[in-house]
Amino acid sequence: MVTLTPSIPEEPVPDGVFNALYQFQVSFSFLLLSAIGLAVIFGMMGVINLAHGEFMMLGAYITTIVATHGVPLVVAVLMAALGVGAFGAIVEILVVRRLYGRLLDSVAATWAVGLILSQGMLILTGPSMQGISSPFGSFAVGQTSYSWYRVALGIIAVILLALLYLLFMKTKFGLRSRATIQNPSIAQALGVNTAGMYTMTFALGSALAGLAGGLFAPTATIVPFFGTNYIVEAFVTVIVGGANALLGTPIAAAFLGAINAALGTQYGLYIGRVGLLLTTIIIIRVLPDGISGLLERWRMRPSGARSRK
Amino acid sequence: MRRGASLLTAENVAFVVFLAYLLVYPSTTDEFSIGNTAYFMAISLMALSLALIWGKAGILSFGQTAFFGIGGYVYGIYTLNVLGSGATWIGILVGVLAGGIVAATLGYFMFYGGVNDVFVGLTTLALTLVLQTFMAQTAGPEWAVGEARLNGYNGMYVPQISIGDAALYGKPLYFLYLAILIGVYLLLRWLSGSRWGYGLVALQENRTRTETFGYNVRFMQVQVFCLAGCIAALSGVLYASWGSYIDPSSMGLTAAITPVIYVAIGGRRSLTAAMISSMILLQLSQSLASSAPEYALVIFGVLALLAVLFVPEGFMAALFSAIDRALFKRSRPDRGVGTGDVTPGTPRVS
Repeated sequence: MVTLTPSIPEEPVPDGVFNALYQFQVSFSFLLLSAIGLAVIFGMMGVINLAHGEFMMLGAYITTIVATHGVPLVVAVLMAALGVGAFGAIVEILVVRRLYGRLLDSVAATWAVGLILSQGMLILTGPSMQGISSPFGSFAVGQTSYSWYRVALGIIAVILLALLYLLFMKTKFGLRSRATIQNPSIAQALGVNTAGMYTMTFALGSALAGLAGGLFAPTATIVPFFGTNYIVEAFVTVIVGGANALLGTPIAAAFLGAINAALGTQYGLYIGRVGLLLTTIIIIRVLPDGISGLLERWRMRPSGARSRK
Repeated sequence: MRRGASLLTAENVAFVVFLAYLLVYPSTTDEFSIGNTAYFMAISLMALSLALIWGKAGILSFGQTAFFGIGGYVYGIYTLNVLGSGATWIGILVGVLAGGIVAATLGYFMFYGGVNDVFVGLTTLALTLVLQTFMAQTAGPEWAVGEARLNGYNGMYVPQISIGDAALYGKPLYFLYLAILIGVYLLLRWLSGSRWGYGLVALQENRTRTETFGYNVRFMQVQVFCLAGCIAALSGVLYASWGSYIDPSSMGLTAAITPVIYVAIGGRRSLTAAMISSMILLQLSQSLASSAPEYALVIFGVLALLAVLFVPEGFMAALFSAIDRALFKRSRPDRGVGTGDVTPGTPRVS
């Protein structure tokens, strides 16, 4: 859970500005990392993986268990991403694939998977697990101390976006996946193994969930219901962002992050969350396809209305 | 219940047997089991609410528990502040209305915004989780509405339904709950056989096509969402007053998935199957709960997964149609329609 340090009103201005920037980048990176895996799967398959929170929980558990055995945190987090990605591929093949064309059923099925995972983890490991401490220590600006690790999360989020951009825009996999998103039947006719694309995309989205869970593990308590702390944020970011994970999700995360940081610093975490939800409800009334829908419409507007770039 | 169709179906027989059993049951058992069954009936209203919105209208709301919680909390706040005889009865209405108003407002934003399918599920789920986190932090004394302390996770005290000064319990409470459950069930059966109900089935199959037939699809979606919200709120009111208590976990993730699981296992398209199977599963869950509550949820998760994968219409509904085919030598006329996939733009029938 994002812990927000309340700002002190009498603080000199530079501190206030720094504090606001810090809170914004923390909100942004948490929203982006929580949502990106969900958005990748949704953008490709139209399926919302309701086990997303539980996949994050799996990532957090793998990271914690591996890291407490003396493995460096970076390696532990990467192992979490790989492990959860592999698990996601299995879920896709056993469950989601059988429900193509039954969108609501596939969503309900992933929810059942999530329930089995969280309750199963409760049976296996008990109500909580010894966590790992957050690395890198902290630094102070004025009266307030800040965590380096949370700054690192923001940098990781940006690097991750860049890597995803390269993956989707510069590789064969990316080309095939964009073709599949645009028109599955024609992509298939041109020799793209669309079923394989779906499995790989679901695995990629799951791996991103595992990665996020692993990255958040040092900042939170490790419990079977770990995921529920982040899924509201992930949902609203995907709803506001729309189907384009590369474009919609970061813009939505920045927009909602600003609202969350402003409300959260002022009135506390809960009001921040309520603000996120209310914003989302108003946005869906205006932009049912989210920000990427708006950008798509703007891009597809009749030529001549504005000179093309 | 179309005109001319026989009333002799496995579903109707099952309902009559179920009703007869519940009418006789109190005279065969002790006070505790009577109260317990009243609790099952209160929760089964959630299954009816979800069967209506998901099974009949094809809208999968993951957050019916939001209206459940609103109903329970508003009933509590009203009855704690307004005293006097009859206040609890008006409180029921106030609680139900509150759920309905929130549902209608949210439904307006979603359906008139053109939001459908999974996004409705996400938005409703986000609503219930946000309400849970909000109520969870109301532990301090500053969080009170008049006389009603919200109390965060310690839960709020809620007055029981009473006649005069005497709180209802035991058999009178049981029969009140039974009357409400059966009343809502019959209302929904009647509605789904009406013109409006057929309109709902049509919009589940294909919204665009339904619109071209002159139905106001968005308004109907808001209507059915509001009605389902009222029923969920009623369930919350009855639950809160039954236990004199409500807490934020009634709006949490586990609470939200439970009705979805019950309805997926039983059969979402059949109100009867949804209601009866939720009563059975609640009983099962309670007998498992004393030994291992987490195992009950894993078992239910697996059952729901199997149902979605292999018996999409639900185990009990599938049983009904199998009996219909075997005994009454007919296939149900309203079977054979799609399995609830509402991928927009996909024409189902050529």
